[in-house]
Amino acid sequence: MARMKFLCDADRCIECNACVTACKNEHEVPWGINRRRVVTINDGLPGERSVSMACMHCTDAPCASVCPVNCFYTTADGVVLHNKDTCIGCGYCSFACPFGAPQYPQTANFGTRGKMDKCTYCSGGPEADHSQAEYVKYGANRLAEGKLPLCAEMCSTKALLAGDGDIIAEIYRERVVTRGYGSGAWGWRTAYGETVSV
Amino acid sequence: MSNLLTRFLAVLSLAVGLSGPVIAQVNPTASSVTEDQLFESLGTAPVVGRVTIPDAAAAYLIKPENKSWAALQAETLHLLVVGPIVAIIVLLALFYLVRGRIRVDSGLSGRTILRFNALERFAHWTLASTFIILALTGLNIVVGRWLILPLIGADAFGTLSAWGKLAHNFLAWPFMIALVLVLLLWAVHNIPNAVDWQWIKQGGGLLKKGVHPPARKFNAGQKLIFWSVILGGAALSFTGIMMLFPAQAGTPADWQLYQTIHALTAAGLTAVIIAHIYIGSVGMEGAFDAMGSGEVDENWAREHHSLWVEEIKGETGAAGHPKAHPAE
Repeated sequence: MARMKFLCDADRCIECNACVTACKNEHEVPWGINRRRVVTINDGLPGERSVSMACMHCTDAPCASVCPVNCFYTTADGVVLHNKDTCIGCGYCSFACPFGAPQYPQTANFGTRGKMDKCTYCSGGPEADHSQAEYVKYGANRLAEGKLPLCAEMCSTKALLAGDGDIIAEIYRERVVTRGYGSGAWGWRTAYGETVSV
Repeated sequence: MSNLLTRFLAVLSLAVGLSGPVIAQVNPTASSVTEDQLFESLGTAPVVGRVTIPDAAAAYLIKPENKSWAALQAETLHLLVVGPIVAIIVLLALFYLVRGRIRVDSGLSGRTILRFNALERFAHWTLASTFIILALTGLNIVVGRWLILPLIGADAFGTLSAWGKLAHNFLAWPFMIALVLVLLLWAVHNIPNAVDWQWIKQGGGLLKKGVHPPARKFNAGQKLIFWSVILGGAALSFTGIMMLFPAQAGTPADWQLYQTIHALTAAGLTAVIIAHIYIGSVGMEGAFDAMGSGEVDENWAREHHSLWVEEIKGETGAAGHPKAHPAE
């Protein structure tokens, strides 16, 4: 089985935010929630870099370890998903996540958090594949169709890579060797315990 | 038109030439930021940049420290919470086995004295009932996924926890009101004094039959419980409000600290309250009436709160310093 990961090659990212938009559109993500975002480091300075960031689908995901209702699970592809039926919107996962992935709609009174929403690696949730219930709660399930996440698939500079961790790491490694520089596999050390060595 | 086409082809050939393998690429931004350098300079501080979406929190790219809090939650905190609660239950069970139920040594007199009026009992039971629900729903957040989830299944546990969260968030407010009420009603009776020292030296008479150190309305043990509830309750209230309104709590790191303090204080206070419930019910004959009907047996009152009985009956002066009887 593949171990799915994201890798953003910040030396290619042009901060066009198309990944953000594509994600919102593909999953009909509600107002106020961004499953993916682009952060620019050293903005306006020489050598600034932009990184597209979403849930990194961590190894030993910290969100899963703090969830009081144990609603997270890791699929055979290494994707970290959660069950919105049992989620209570307590917010703990958002304080455990190093990447700011969990988001909450303000649905209840006094602005209390609704059920958590985050990147699903375009692979839905525990509902039946391609069911209406799955789409409403989690968005499209591209992985079940044999497609990779849309954010990476439509990235115009191919900065954002999605796929098996070993393969995208190899692609990134080749790029760094060929062009002679690379700002690093952002988030990998934190998410997977090791970064891509070149 | 043909001029334009020639220019386009010229630009194209230039571009192809540049990307050809013959010309070595030069790093166009040798000063570019790298993750390695950033992590080295930042340590465990978050990597923060700029985002174009209005959510300022989204500008934090990587917050490695969050994993430390997650690890504390998952590996340590539930043990620190369950530890004192299990310990107090074991201690109380041992105490019960050794000492048994503390009886009224001189037997029940049949005459009663009003110990707590309706307002005092209302304040106590509002505080008590909300605390019990808050403690149970809070414990459910900490250990429910290990203790209750396997018993009732994910769906039922999800529903239970969702209601539990609502109960916890909303019953916190009557709890806080009752806490203030109790403080106003009883603070004056709970100021430590010399009588308490005597009570503590005699172990409150808890360990030996027939030993009854004098006490006013509240003995030293009760004062300890009172101030634990007030201070613990205040700490829980403050950290709880911060947790309810994370935007007001400051940074996420502050919130994590508040959450940890909240859980540990709650565990400690729950242990204290379990002991309080024990001694106020099965642990001591006649004790429950004080908060049940409000009327306690006179003999019970004389054994456990001798100075208080003398005060309200006008038998002696206050504070255990009997006034000289007037010469008649």
